[in-house]
Amino acid sequence: MTLRFYMPADAAAIALDADGVAAALIAAAGRRGVAISVTRTGSRGLHWLEPLLEVATDAGRVGYGPAAPEDAEAILDAVLAQAPHPLCIGAVDAHPFLRRQQRLTFARCGIVDPRSLEDYVAHDGYRGLERALAIGPTEIIAAVTASGLRGRGGAGFPTGIKWDTVAKAEAPQKYIVCNADEGDSGTFADRMIMEGDPFVLIEGMTIAGIATGATRGYIYVRSEYPHAIAALTAAITAARRGGKLGRNVAGSPYSFDLEVRMGAGAYVCGEETALLDSLEGKRGTVRAKPPLPAHKGLFGRPTVINNVLSLATVPVILDKGAAFYRDYGVGRSRGTMPIQLAGNIRHSGLFEVAFGITLGELVEEIGGGTTSGRPVRAVQVGGPLGAYFPPALFDTPFDYEAFAARDGLIGHGGIVVFDDTVDMAKQARFAMAFCAAESCGKCTPCRIGSTRGVEVIDRIIADDRREANLDLLQDLCHTLKFGSLCALGGFTPYPVLSAITHFPEDFGITPPRLEAAE
Amino acid sequence: MHGYLAWDETTARSIIDETWSIEGALLPMLHALQETFGYIEPEAEGLIAEALNISRAEVHGVITFYADFRTTPPPRHTLKLCRAEACQAMGGDRLAEQAMQRLGIAEGETTPDHRVSLEPVYCLGLCSVAPSAMLDGRIVGRLDARKLETLLAEVER
Repeated sequence: MTLRFYMPADAAAIALDADGVAAALIAAAGRRGVAISVTRTGSRGLHWLEPLLEVATDAGRVGYGPAAPEDAEAILDAVLAQAPHPLCIGAVDAHPFLRRQQRLTFARCGIVDPRSLEDYVAHDGYRGLERALAIGPTEIIAAVTASGLRGRGGAGFPTGIKWDTVAKAEAPQKYIVCNADEGDSGTFADRMIMEGDPFVLIEGMTIAGIATGATRGYIYVRSEYPHAIAALTAAITAARRGGKLGRNVAGSPYSFDLEVRMGAGAYVCGEETALLDSLEGKRGTVRAKPPLPAHKGLFGRPTVINNVLSLATVPVILDKGAAFYRDYGVGRSRGTMPIQLAGNIRHSGLFEVAFGITLGELVEEIGGGTTSGRPVRAVQVGGPLGAYFPPALFDTPFDYEAFAARDGLIGHGGIVVFDDTVDMAKQARFAMAFCAAESCGKCTPCRIGSTRGVEVIDRIIADDRREANLDLLQDLCHTLKFGSLCALGGFTPYPVLSAITHFPEDFGITPPRLEAAE
Repeated sequence: MHGYLAWDETTARSIIDETWSIEGALLPMLHALQETFGYIEPEAEGLIAEALNISRAEVHGVITFYADFRTTPPPRHTLKLCRAEACQAMGGDRLAEQAMQRLGIAEGETTPDHRVSLEPVYCLGLCSVAPSAMLDGRIVGRLDARKLETLLAEVER
């Protein structure tokens, strides 16, 4: 009997020599004359345990991690002898980190073979498309709207409304564009789904095409993600061969096909209009809105542009129904959010859960505090444009509106944890410097303001007319926030101002000054 | 190590011919040229402009806008160190210092013998296994002083 092993080919696992572990395991089995197979999957998201080797047993898949190539031999012997091994974590499905989750978007990630259409279908794949074809465009859009799904890229715009606008637009050609330019530090959910379950994204885009009358799709992936590009390209080929893309999708009257396009190292291309310009073969500069991409998008045609996670969530909504999805979550934040735990956090990885869980639960209980063992001092939520929160705000529920009410944003759901060695003035300076480096240059507040921001923060740090320069920085942030064309300039004040508000001591501000400023 | 072809106009023209008809051809075309030659020879700007019926200034503007496109031949090795927030939280700054000191160059520079360039990168998406690096396309997570030393020794061989 062949022993079935599973090893992630997710970039996070490969970066920790998952390939070496797989090779060592195959070599060890060869020496013993034992028949094994090693299926390369995506990652389950328990990244502190990567590379996490799994083996199929009568009691489900049992995990061993973090495994190094030199562990492979002993793990194989332990599996063969049904003996204990120090790296064994037991049945992976029963692990508390997974049991506390509600995996809807990531239901298959880490379990299936991302290159196999058959495996995808065997794990409930393409049931959403089947349902979509049965109910037709109007009902698809009604279901997506009723589910309460909002843009997972960070803006939180209702997906159904966007689709409806494109569906109603008249044009000879419409497009579905997937924004996979996941440039925010602390985020990797898009990468994981593209590497671990690419068919769900393809299915979601196909449904979007049918709903809106678009027949062509593009997935714009950043060039820093070569493994995701390879996985998507293979999956698109498999979907085409299986009749799930191209003319008459799944035997229906609808046609839809898509291709992958690679970015070229520009953070601002994650902004939707800059992304469209980049796809058109131009510099990635931001466009003024209106016109909205839904009216005049790619090549001036009506375009649905959605984040990877938004599109990858559509199949489960169609399959299980809008009410099923909407029943998760709180307030106006419906469904689940794939949250990414990163930076200095013990249990790092992907945690998909209904909206409403508090920041403190995520960082302390689920994340287990810092890797360094030192106290948590700050967490940045929502990427480089997200606010820094101190532990005093850990009661904030993960919810679009609750974060906005505290001058923060959930963005793409990334949480980066810092311990008490962090210098928040340095982090504020970095936020401005990053904006200066990545600004597309189209609007003045972002292009010039970010550079002036770095200079002003340098003067504050050097105690050069600190009071006056703090006022100037506040004023500059106000200009950036309200005068910039897009979120790059508009949101850079979030990390800067939150650092000053919550960590004034790092800027040499004494408490009375803070009170005066409030 | 890389196996790029030396710049030649005939090959460049055939790459341009293969890619000119796709929608929004410029980025795929530039990527194809760079994958072949390792960089975009300035001479190619005119060829591209002619093929796409756009001005040479527009082509130049695109090449210089995107961080990925090079206009000079690449060094033998490129070591990218992630310098974004999640890696900062895990001591990425110290590792960058170590690499700069060891190679005797600043970030964004290439060693005088053209052996290695050290480039900052803003997020490899490996934030859960930070700090991270990429050496000639090979990704490394949970980078520490010892692992970095191994990478640096590799590029010096």
